[in-house]
Amino acid sequence: MEASINGVSLNYYIILSTVLFCIGVLGVMIRRNAIIMFMCIELMLNAVNLLMVAFSRYFGDTNGQVFVVFIMAVAAAEVAVGLAILMMIYRNAKTSDTEVLNQLKG
Amino acid sequence: MELITKLIPLFPLLGFIIAALINRKLSKNTVAYIACVSVLFSFIGTLMVFFNLVNHHSAYEIKVFDWIQAGSFNASLTFLIDPLSSVFLLVITGIGFLIHVFSVGYMIHDDGFRRFFAYLNLFIFFMLLLVMGNNLLVTFIGWEGVGFCSFMLIGFWYKENKNNDAAKKAFVMNRIGDLGFLIAICLIFINYNSLNYTTFLTAGNISIDSPITLITICLFIGAMGKSAQIPLFTWLPDAMVGPTPVSALIHAATMVTAGIYMIARTNVLFSMAPDTMMFIAYIGIATALLGASIGLFQNDIKKVLAYSTVSQLGLMFLALGVGAYTAAVFHVVTHAFFKALLFLGSGSVIHGMGGEQDIRKMGGLKKHMPTTYITFLIGTIAISGIPPLAGFFSKDQILAEVFAQNKVLFILGMIASLMTVFYMFRLLFLTFFGKFRGTHEQEHHLHESPKSMTIPLVILAILAVVAGFIGFPHALGEAMHIHNWFDHFLSPIIGESLNHISLNTEIGLMLVTTVLIIIVVLIAKNVFITKETLPVAENAKLSPLKNLVYHKFYVDEVYDKFLSKPFVAISEFLNKVIDNQLVDGIVNGFGKITIVAGQNLRLLQSGNIGFYIFAIVSALILIFSIFLVN
Repeated sequence: MEASINGVSLNYYIILSTVLFCIGVLGVMIRRNAIIMFMCIELMLNAVNLLMVAFSRYFGDTNGQVFVVFIMAVAAAEVAVGLAILMMIYRNAKTSDTEVLNQLKG
Repeated sequence: MELITKLIPLFPLLGFIIAALINRKLSKNTVAYIACVSVLFSFIGTLMVFFNLVNHHSAYEIKVFDWIQAGSFNASLTFLIDPLSSVFLLVITGIGFLIHVFSVGYMIHDDGFRRFFAYLNLFIFFMLLLVMGNNLLVTFIGWEGVGFCSFMLIGFWYKENKNNDAAKKAFVMNRIGDLGFLIAICLIFINYNSLNYTTFLTAGNISIDSPITLITICLFIGAMGKSAQIPLFTWLPDAMVGPTPVSALIHAATMVTAGIYMIARTNVLFSMAPDTMMFIAYIGIATALLGASIGLFQNDIKKVLAYSTVSQLGLMFLALGVGAYTAAVFHVVTHAFFKALLFLGSGSVIHGMGGEQDIRKMGGLKKHMPTTYITFLIGTIAISGIPPLAGFFSKDQILAEVFAQNKVLFILGMIASLMTVFYMFRLLFLTFFGKFRGTHEQEHHLHESPKSMTIPLVILAILAVVAGFIGFPHALGEAMHIHNWFDHFLSPIIGESLNHISLNTEIGLMLVTTVLIIIVVLIAKNVFITKETLPVAENAKLSPLKNLVYHKFYVDEVYDKFLSKPFVAISEFLNKVIDNQLVDGIVNGFGKITIVAGQNLRLLQSGNIGFYIFAIVSALILIFSIFLVN
């Protein structure tokens, strides 16, 4: 089977999603703003989604795409909950800086 | 008969249960009554069983219940009534009953009166179990049970530390022997696949290949502990701190002869192990000589008798060692009579003297305690082996059989029994003759003991006089047409003795022995009555040899120095170094490691999300790279 989808080689999809994933990881690790970190997590999810869709097309198996739809739905729910938590934290701490939110240390 | 046999051990057990469980509600009289009657019932039962056996000549066994059943292993509580066990039963219940009666008078002023009779009944129960069991395991239960009762009764007056030490010593020494016995039991089961006397002792069952010497040596080690033979004899003299009836019953008449019973019971094995037999004979003669020589210099009336018991037990083992099982059992019986008599006599003396046991403070008791004197005299004559009292017949039989086998052992045995004569007459003369050497208060207090104490003495004295005739000497008996009933009675279990000697030799031996004994008696009379020599005081200077004997050959000191002290040192080393440092170190070390680890790992939980994530990611990378490398 030829390793390309819509004229673009599968390798590019893999590289793109790896780069996106790494950006997400680094963002979560480096940034201190909770909102940005949240966005980076979404970025990681979507990098994985992209990879799934690419492989789904590549193998001609729609299961991957079904999965992606599910992940999006769950991620939406998660965002709703996560943002709500962030709202509450912000209201209490007047900040979304994670360096400040270290009250639970052992 | 079956019911009666089952009831024999049951009565003392019931007596124990009643005395032990509801003792506070019963008066002393009731307790004494119950204890004595329970043993009396056993005695009557034994008599019935015994005469039934004599009339029908058929040994039988009675199964009470199955005890252990596991695979091919099978042990049941079964009683075996045969000539050997019935003889021991008679001794145990008969003398046991007399000593119970004696104890009523002896212990009446003691606070532990009820406790005393409870233990005494329990002892009788275990002793009966030991003798009646048709199974090494049942015998072993009895064996341990009597050891326990002995322990409790030696330490009966537990408020004095010395008594507790003596009790512990007896118990520990017995345990050493018990280990040998236990090993022997295991070996017997492994090799012969059964523990029932009636099964494994049949000749066809014992193969020459099996380690018979090892088994018999282990059995003999068990007997050593219980019957106070070298090297495990030192507990018996110390055991004399118990009440005197206990010394008479347990440490003279019954329990210490359990070893002889056990060897006589398994004589089939021993007869196939000539090396062990030789070993037993040497140990026996060594113990007889050692005990007798120590007895020569003792000043405590009970200690003299204790060493005498050690010595007499040695003679019995000598007899076992030369294969004269019947002679040994015969001596057990006669010895039980006269030694119980002597111990009870000494108890009566101690009672009259108000607790005094030192013969240097006695003397001249003849006129104050006539019954005790006469019975004690009979006991002394009997143990000395002057014809025609009981001791003569049994000792003569042992010496004759030893003579037939080994002349050296015979001469040594003769020396031991002559020493016996000397120290017994020394004891008699110092106690009952001469002038009273105690304080005035003691002299004032002197009185003959009550009836409950003198009647058992009289009965035992009669037995000590006549009991010998049941085992009339062979050669002489044939000439005079008197049958050796005892030999014949035991022959189904033990077989007739092989060491026959001719009529002339036997008469010659008897004459020589008797003359020698009378010479020794005269020497003792000369020393202690005519010259009125008194034993020296505690710290007097003695010649080295006398000093050695006076201090009991320093056996206790040697044991203390070479066994107890190193043992304590090792224990302390184990306690301080191995236990406190190594074992505790390991256990506490785990605790410390956990605490330290917790204290340090706790710092990782900083609450810093960035750090957590960094840790997660780096761990993930690590895991993936490990997978990649693999």
